[in-house]
Amino acid sequence: MVEWTDFERATIQDIFSKMDYEVVGPAALSRCLIVYPWTQRYFGSFGNLYNAAAIMGNPNVAKHGTIILHGLERGVKNMDNMKEVYAELSVLHSEKLHVDPDNFKLLSDCLTIVVAAQLGKAFTGEVQAAFQKFMAVVVSSLGRQYH
Amino acid sequence: MSLTDKDKAAVRAMWGKISKSADAIGADALGRMLVVYPQTKTYFSHWSDLSPNSAPVKNHGKNVMSGVALAVSKIDDLTSGLMALSEQHAFQLRVDPANFKILSHCILVVIASMFPKDFTPEAHVSMDKFFCGLSLALAEKYR
Repeated sequence: MVEWTDFERATIQDIFSKMDYEVVGPAALSRCLIVYPWTQRYFGSFGNLYNAAAIMGNPNVAKHGTIILHGLERGVKNMDNMKEVYAELSVLHSEKLHVDPDNFKLLSDCLTIVVAAQLGKAFTGEVQAAFQKFMAVVVSSLGRQYH
Repeated sequence: MSLTDKDKAAVRAMWGKISKSADAIGADALGRMLVVYPQTKTYFSHWSDLSPNSAPVKNHGKNVMSGVALAVSKIDDLTSGLMALSEQHAFQLRVDPANFKILSHCILVVIASMFPKDFTPEAHVSMDKFFCGLSLALAEKYR
């Protein structure tokens, strides 16, 4: 089981409680689709992803970005149980969506950059370490049911 | 994934905006790398103080960013432009090249935190490609 320090728990709760999911989610997903364009392979039904402007204005991308953040919130609310919390989503991403789990890290890196841009100086090394540790556990849990 | 003319223009434009803060960016990036990725501390056991904002960290952050500045100036041929630095890293420093990605990520995080409006997704993709190219050029002489 993952051991969380008090600082790590408090930092994660703090970051997510202050976050506007409808801004951060779309920003992180669209950044991922722009910076790592091969990730677009999973979103063929989303319509126009032809260039950065199209991606950032795409309502399907925005909607899905928000859904992803709500998915992360489940981990935030159950930090001691994340393997179990994400078991079903892991099966979904593997069996139904066929997403290469390496992509989870790419999205996670983009989310880190978006949060850094939002928090500025407050995104210290210690805060970054806590955030990246949380995201690493999410990524690991999501990859766990692949076979 | 080589740099297009558009990428090079984006990198030069970004560098134009951030170069005045290069020392601060270097110090912050290096300092947070040592905190976020503690395994990187193994390369600096000879330093008296590994905490962020210590003298060795600030000084070395400066060195790293002059390497980045050099890379920007040699962006049309990173491999030959960074040849000497590659030899140094390969034969003397022997830093595992996996760490180049780690430090690149920390530099991008610092740029995002200091220049949120300028570090748009378009700027991000070009800068990410640039650091990939830089890392590849730095690893050129390893084997």
